[in-house]
Amino acid sequence: MTKPLVAIRSVSKAFGEFQALKGVSLDVWAGEVMCLIGASGSGKTTLLRCINQLTAIDSGGIWLDGELLGVREEGGRLHRLTERQLAQQRLKTGMVFQRFNLFPHKTAIENITEGPVQVQGRKPDEVRAEAIELLRRVGLSAKAESYPAQLSGGQQQRVAIARALAMKPMLMLFDEPTSALDPELVGEVLAVMKELARSGMTMMVVTHELGFAREVADRVVYMDHGAIVEQGRASEVLGAPREARTKAFLSAVI
Amino acid sequence: MKAAPALAEGFPDLSGMHVAREPHWFRWFSAALIVLVLAAVARAFANGQIEWSYVSRFLTAKVILEGIVNTMVMAVLAMALGIFLGVVVAIMRLSPNPVLKSVATGYTWLFRGTPLILQLLLWFNLALVFPTIGIPGLWSARAVDVMTPFLSALLGLGINQGAYTSEVMRAGMLSVDIGQYEAAQAIGMGRLRALRRIILPQAMRVVIPPIGNEFIGLVKATSLASVIQYPEVLHNAENIYYANSRVIELLIVAGIWYLLVVSILTPLQMLLERRFARGTLQFAR
Repeated sequence: MTKPLVAIRSVSKAFGEFQALKGVSLDVWAGEVMCLIGASGSGKTTLLRCINQLTAIDSGGIWLDGELLGVREEGGRLHRLTERQLAQQRLKTGMVFQRFNLFPHKTAIENITEGPVQVQGRKPDEVRAEAIELLRRVGLSAKAESYPAQLSGGQQQRVAIARALAMKPMLMLFDEPTSALDPELVGEVLAVMKELARSGMTMMVVTHELGFAREVADRVVYMDHGAIVEQGRASEVLGAPREARTKAFLSAVI
Repeated sequence: MKAAPALAEGFPDLSGMHVAREPHWFRWFSAALIVLVLAAVARAFANGQIEWSYVSRFLTAKVILEGIVNTMVMAVLAMALGIFLGVVVAIMRLSPNPVLKSVATGYTWLFRGTPLILQLLLWFNLALVFPTIGIPGLWSARAVDVMTPFLSALLGLGINQGAYTSEVMRAGMLSVDIGQYEAAQAIGMGRLRALRRIILPQAMRVVIPPIGNEFIGLVKATSLASVIQYPEVLHNAENIYYANSRVIELLIVAGIWYLLVVSILTPLQMLLERRFARGTLQFAR
């Protein structure tokens, strides 16, 4: 039997008094596009950040590609990994942020080549050629030498997607990638994400774009108060929700 | 298509008119007043007990020129030491390691908390505490020989400067959005690489104006090293007036040189600011 690319088991996380995740378990299969929906504070962004280890979990475990994240087991105890080991594990995932977080002092192409050259130690010429190809893929060939401040929000987010892809991740995490965009710019970012989904990339997308979820997602997961309430095919969860809370959420957002 | 509704009457057309120039009487009056005051001050100095010929003669005297060179050398070296210490201490201060954090806090507390002139005197008189210094078994020397005025001044000024610069650097790093650090982590960067490649270059833009301020302060603070016999410009000017009693004339000479140096530093700072403003809209290409 094949194993899931991501296995999340009984993951809990609290921020002070606030319990952000309450024993979440979930599998993500290679090639799957999963959309996480739910109200703000439901824990979907926290879950994504835990997979990329920007947030450390309190209990439970997350395995990526068979490897336990953040800690190692030894003598019946868990030991935290060193910063260097965490950085190494993060290379397997690409993260796209709500606020883009491009490096403002670097041009679009420098943003993309920074990781492969500086972190992975690859040859600048080779990486540059790949970066040009990635920019073409996100439709920004003409903007290679532009600084983020000279790009629209939609263009910045597309560069951010290219930056994440440049690391050749096994899994792409999208944290509300279109929430900070003007409405007319949402479409261009979603188009890039759809193309990526068709190419077979495994994706976890926290989003409020239910149209995108309906069209692209293999599975939709609805979260509320730090727990998974309902999950299934997009047509089922969005079209014919079983749970009362899912119904209430969907009728509130549509 | 429907025609636009008729506009209401009673609002005259102003499109052909210009905004008139105001006479600004008060500006003229205050400018005239200031010119008068300046003229009075200039007249007072011209008629005062100042031998201007001494000022012009000593302005380019060899000892004075050597002094200003020494001042600049000391200011640049002490600032370099200060920036190095400042960056290291700021990084320690923001580190999650409680030991590094307390060491950094203690350093800032100690060197900001005592007068600079006292620190200079302590370094210079280190021989009174430790007659010999060195690494046991490897190297040792008499402290009086090691703690020259130059080294004492460099350590005193540089270490003191580091305490102030660390706070400027810390402010700069805190000004960079946390999302930048997360984005750096997401592409696999460790803490130090993220600081060096992503955070510090962005912090530089914010810290250059206050660092410029600190450097100007340091140029003038080198004059305190005159108390430990470092031959900077004020020390040399003092030595001259001890001999010829032209106190005010030589103080004016030193003052002119400080003003000159500080005036040159301002445009240099603007060049640096431009260099680090890459990517911001203000200087976008």
